Amino acid sequence: MKIAVCVKEVPDTTAEKRIDPGTGRLVRDEGDRMLNEFDKYAVEEAVRLKEAGAADEVILISLGPEKAVESLRQALAMGADSLVLVSDPAAAGSDYLGTANALAKVLDDSGAELVLLGSEATDARSGVMAAALGEVSGRAWVTAANSLAVSGGSVTVDRQSDDGVDTVELPLPAVVSVTKAINEPRYPSLKGIMGAKKKPQEVKSLADAGIDASKVGEAGAGTKVLSVETPPARQAGQVVKDEGNGAQQILDFLIEKKIV
Amino acid sequence: MPGILVVAEPQGSGFRRVGLEILSKARELKDSTGGPLAAYVGGSGVADQAAQLGAYGAEKVFVADHEALGSGLAAPHVDVLAQLQAENDFSAILFGGTSQGRDTAAALAARLGAGLNSDSTDLAPGGSGLQATRPAFGGQNLVQSTWTGGPQIALVRPNSFQASESGGSAEVVAVTPAISDDALRAKVTARKPAEEGKISLEEASIIVSGGRGLGAPENFAVVEALAASLGAAVGASRAAVDAGWYPHPNQVGQTGKTVSPNLYIACGISGAVQHKVGMQTSDVIVAINKDEEAPIFQFADFGVVGDLFEIVPQLTELINQRKG
Repeated sequence: MKIAVCVKEVPDTTAEKRIDPGTGRLVRDEGDRMLNEFDKYAVEEAVRLKEAGAADEVILISLGPEKAVESLRQALAMGADSLVLVSDPAAAGSDYLGTANALAKVLDDSGAELVLLGSEATDARSGVMAAALGEVSGRAWVTAANSLAVSGGSVTVDRQSDDGVDTVELPLPAVVSVTKAINEPRYPSLKGIMGAKKKPQEVKSLADAGIDASKVGEAGAGTKVLSVETPPARQAGQVVKDEGNGAQQILDFLIEKKIV
Repeated sequence: MPGILVVAEPQGSGFRRVGLEILSKARELKDSTGGPLAAYVGGSGVADQAAQLGAYGAEKVFVADHEALGSGLAAPHVDVLAQLQAENDFSAILFGGTSQGRDTAAALAARLGAGLNSDSTDLAPGGSGLQATRPAFGGQNLVQSTWTGGPQIALVRPNSFQASESGGSAEVVAVTPAISDDALRAKVTARKPAEEGKISLEEASIIVSGGRGLGAPENFAVVEALAASLGAAVGASRAAVDAGWYPHPNQVGQTGKTVSPNLYIACGISGAVQHKVGMQTSDVIVAINKDEEAPIFQFADFGVVGDLFEIVPQLTELINQRKG
């Protein structure tokens, strides 16, 4: 079985970020870039399935700027076998649907039976890609897997719902997003890091990948940014030292704010 | 029939509050979108509660009752909503930002080829119907977006609007759900509900969170006690979750949940960027930390420098006394 993991390069989560008010897009050239933290859980799960003999190949699929290869290589260092990155100026500004359309095309050509994703990306934070990709690609799908097992052409997951945890079974081919509870992602070994550079890393234009340019980028986007404002930063309020009445002072404050 | 359709998720014999919040807001918006204000209720054994939505402004409630719609999975709802959209041509479809809401909105929007504005904290007339406000990077930027076509699909962050009753009543329309085999491929084979009375982090109007300052997993008991006194949900910082002190669904921050409660009480949390971006859109932030240099005091509305093991139990007792 072949597993595809959809990965994304994002800005460093520890740095302050901003959106260019002119273009309404994330400023991509400043600060450090990294593999989306949530994706590491999906990569780890795929690599574990391969190590356990349940899969024979783990491929990475991404859409993003060409230099994202450098961040995404971390997933190769963790044990994935190859990377296909769709990178094209015409794909810039893709919304959830453009991204899902592009990923679905690469998936269809990859022959992957199981598709794994992180539950969300730390930049957009929408958490909608697995559902959109499942729909666009026509595969069965489920989100928020706390655990995952593959056997006999089906996948069983423990799904974190709004109300608890449900066991969900679905047939392959399937799209599954995983939560942080599913595993503890490994740190790549030095050998893994060195080996990653030699693994296949293909950068494809939209034309190379056979993706319809009208379905991605700004051309395919269903939403449009009108403006980006920078609201005034939250100001420090009152800070007091506890001299035995700190709790009372908090209560007084909450009463004043009509919260209690 | 153009107009707004609000997807209200049933919960017990009522509804998740976010659906009522969106309906309350949609009453203000319907003049600009035209058409009656409609709601969708999908579930198993939910026909009786549908009429409740009239009190929040729904004029028409479409009810689909089917076992598969009560499974907690989104795909069957996508079929029913696509069917409703084909019959009614709503100009906007609004969902609450719950787990089921996100899944349903994303798959429905993808099926319809429609734009999706996620994590909206405000909706206003604009563009060709509505425009949405979304805080980016924990509220450091506010992005105003519209849609390039219809239907305008949005996910609304819980606690963005006040749920208020309008005293109206709704016409309830029973829908015969046509659910495809494809939508039934994923099956729920067992369910383990969360503890009774536990409040989900994203929907909670008050959150009490604990961080590294708690020092040990068992010390979360003081945070839980304060949360219980306030009817609040319990959150945790990344440090506390990474240390294995509290489960990951409770994590607030860049790699956890983004929350906007009316009140956020941070206990022993320093307030690093990672945490700040997950909670700085809270209405009121109270911080308790022994380190007066902690960054959280730079953006808390009220901060107390001191020992949380003294202050938090005292506050719990004061609140319990006030209630009792």
